[in-house]
Amino acid sequence: MNAVIPTELPDVAAASGAAALAWLLIALPALGALVLFLAGRRADAWGHWLGVGTVAAAFVVGLVIVFDTVGLDPEQRTREQSLYDWISVAGLNVDFGLRLDPLSLTFVLLITGVGSLIHLYSVGYMSHDPGRRRFFAQLNLFVAAMLVLVLGNNFVMLYLGWEGVGLASYLLIGWYQDRPSAATAAKKAFLMNRVGDVGLALAIFILWTQLGTLGYTEVFERIGEVDGAALVAITVLLLLGACGKSGQFPLQSWLPDAMEGPTPVSALIHAATMVTAGVYLVARCSPIYNLTGTGRLVVALVGVITLMIGAIIGCAYDDIKKVLAYSTVSQIGYMILAVGLGPAGYALGILHLLTHGFFKAGLFLGAGSVMHAMNDTVDMRHYGGLRRLMPITFVTFGLGYLALIGFPFLSGYFSKDAIIEAAFAQPGWQGWTFGGLATLAAGLTAFYMTRLMLMTFFGERRWERLQSEDGHDYHPHESPTVMTAPMIVLAVGSVFAGFALTQGELLAHWLAPSLGELQEAEGGALPHAVIPFLVVAVSALGALVAYLTVGRHPTPVQRPEPVSLPVRAARRDLYANAINETLIARPGTWLTRALVYVDNRGVDGAVNGAAALLGGSSGRLRRLQTGFVRSYALSMLGGSVLVVAALLMVRFT
Amino acid sequence: MTPTYYLLLSALLFTIGAVGVLVRRNAIVVFMCIELMLNAVNLTLVTFARINGTLDGQVMAFFVMVVAAAEVVVGLAIITSIFRTRRTASVDDANLLKY
Repeated sequence: MNAVIPTELPDVAAASGAAALAWLLIALPALGALVLFLAGRRADAWGHWLGVGTVAAAFVVGLVIVFDTVGLDPEQRTREQSLYDWISVAGLNVDFGLRLDPLSLTFVLLITGVGSLIHLYSVGYMSHDPGRRRFFAQLNLFVAAMLVLVLGNNFVMLYLGWEGVGLASYLLIGWYQDRPSAATAAKKAFLMNRVGDVGLALAIFILWTQLGTLGYTEVFERIGEVDGAALVAITVLLLLGACGKSGQFPLQSWLPDAMEGPTPVSALIHAATMVTAGVYLVARCSPIYNLTGTGRLVVALVGVITLMIGAIIGCAYDDIKKVLAYSTVSQIGYMILAVGLGPAGYALGILHLLTHGFFKAGLFLGAGSVMHAMNDTVDMRHYGGLRRLMPITFVTFGLGYLALIGFPFLSGYFSKDAIIEAAFAQPGWQGWTFGGLATLAAGLTAFYMTRLMLMTFFGERRWERLQSEDGHDYHPHESPTVMTAPMIVLAVGSVFAGFALTQGELLAHWLAPSLGELQEAEGGALPHAVIPFLVVAVSALGALVAYLTVGRHPTPVQRPEPVSLPVRAARRDLYANAINETLIARPGTWLTRALVYVDNRGVDGAVNGAAALLGGSSGRLRRLQTGFVRSYALSMLGGSVLVVAALLMVRFT
Repeated sequence: MTPTYYLLLSALLFTIGAVGVLVRRNAIVVFMCIELMLNAVNLTLVTFARINGTLDGQVMAFFVMVVAAAEVVVGLAIITSIFRTRRTASVDDANLLKY
């Protein structure tokens, strides 16, 4: 790949007309969160509808702005709105400003659109939870923070939103805070995100020292002034931030644990929106990544490694949400791979992000619906034969499943195949490695998703002879309309989004002002006409293997033990947690223990020792105070004699 | 009449007083020895005033007498009250103020 790719930057105009309403996008959900947090129990009766309403209203505002923007020439579609001076000290001036361009508006529609559906679904899903109002407050807080993240026109606002979504994610993962596993998962997510956030902060610091400005417009105009080493450092540190937020290698292990949160949270935050912030970050910084081939290569490598990790581990889990979580890790790996390919991939990454937003959110909502019916059991070995009892869930989930594995002409087919084609088009070893592994992972995706479908909706009704952990019989039933309606909408999106967005390169042209024109991937390892057939064939093979191994045998209720080495490794997350434990956590514990020892013995020892020395010696000294006046008189005499003697010596020598 | 003799006498008196303070236990005797030392100093002052032909020393001797008179009043009062409470005037017995 070319090391340096010139970037055409768009002219930036002031937002006017409908676009001047952009502040409402953030203000509405933020207001909803504020009211719900402060109103207390009085809002319990209507709070959830306020939560749904503010996000839906933001979606309407987003639609109005998008239609307004579509009416403009492509060159004029990048607009900014400065709300107020946020930080103004010495040389650092940061506006609280919004950047409305095709990229950010795409995200606005995704966040508020999918967000509204999932808010609606949560009304039903959380109906038995006494803290439902607080739940909606936190969801609204998340939407507001996510919109700050994508709409900000500078890196500081990006960071503000980045931390805001991190906070909301932490709160919501730990929603069932009485469960130790949920509390631990929340802490784990928070800590691993901190690692990434430090990378992002350092990247921003370097940008500031190099350029003295943090606005996107100025930074991208002048990024050419930064020398090579600093540029690579910036790109790698930005990627570290992206890895933390998006659950990419080597920071992927928090995302599956985050499934401890309620299922709508998993769907909205940990599948459709927040975890794609890393992809947004790399795409937004495309003018920076365009300048360094090394930076892009690192991004693509991380993407490929992650998509393999996610696909392999997904095959071994029995927990329906964890399978979907590893699937998310894997699919975000595809997106990161795509944006790592440079101008041939930015728009494809965003395309996959959008289609994935539909089908993965739909899959999670479907999984939530199944859990709702099955006393919150997540173990797929307890499911089986649910398709007749939950027809709507089955159909919507099935459509999401087909979209995810890339069934021809559904969403995933258009987005994933395009990424694999672009990966194969890379020169040299990269084409074979990236393309080959991405194809292999597509086969694995088909395998684990088919396994999930078969274990959940087909086969024997294993739940009839089992009880859930809390000792109740299972009575599966279809979910209420308020839950199925969003699932139906998302299923429709899963089917048609890919087709609609790629008609006449619709999305690529729309995003061109932000990301540059999509460069057609050419040449490379395999002829392009072959690749779609290859991918579909590999996926079909994966599905077939799943049918042969899972579908044709009764599923044991107990996990089979012992199993072969690869399955053991996959069940243990490919030892990611063990590696983190050994390399980071244990040495950290040792270090803190050593420091505590030094503090107790060294620092405290010196202080306490000095005090003991003074106390002891003064204890001895005070024995001189005998209370006998005559001994005091003697010492006075002795002192006087000494003074006189000294005076005389000075005088006579 | 040489002034040296007066100085020698004064030194002798001072020494007797100092030794008395150090070796005697009776508070009254100690007190008298202190008076002896003060008067030895007075003698020295007057002698030097005589040698130098100025009045400074004599003036200073008057000051010492005034201070000594005041001190006697206070000191005797203290000794009397100690004697009343403890039935003794030995300085070694009044040793409560110690470590």
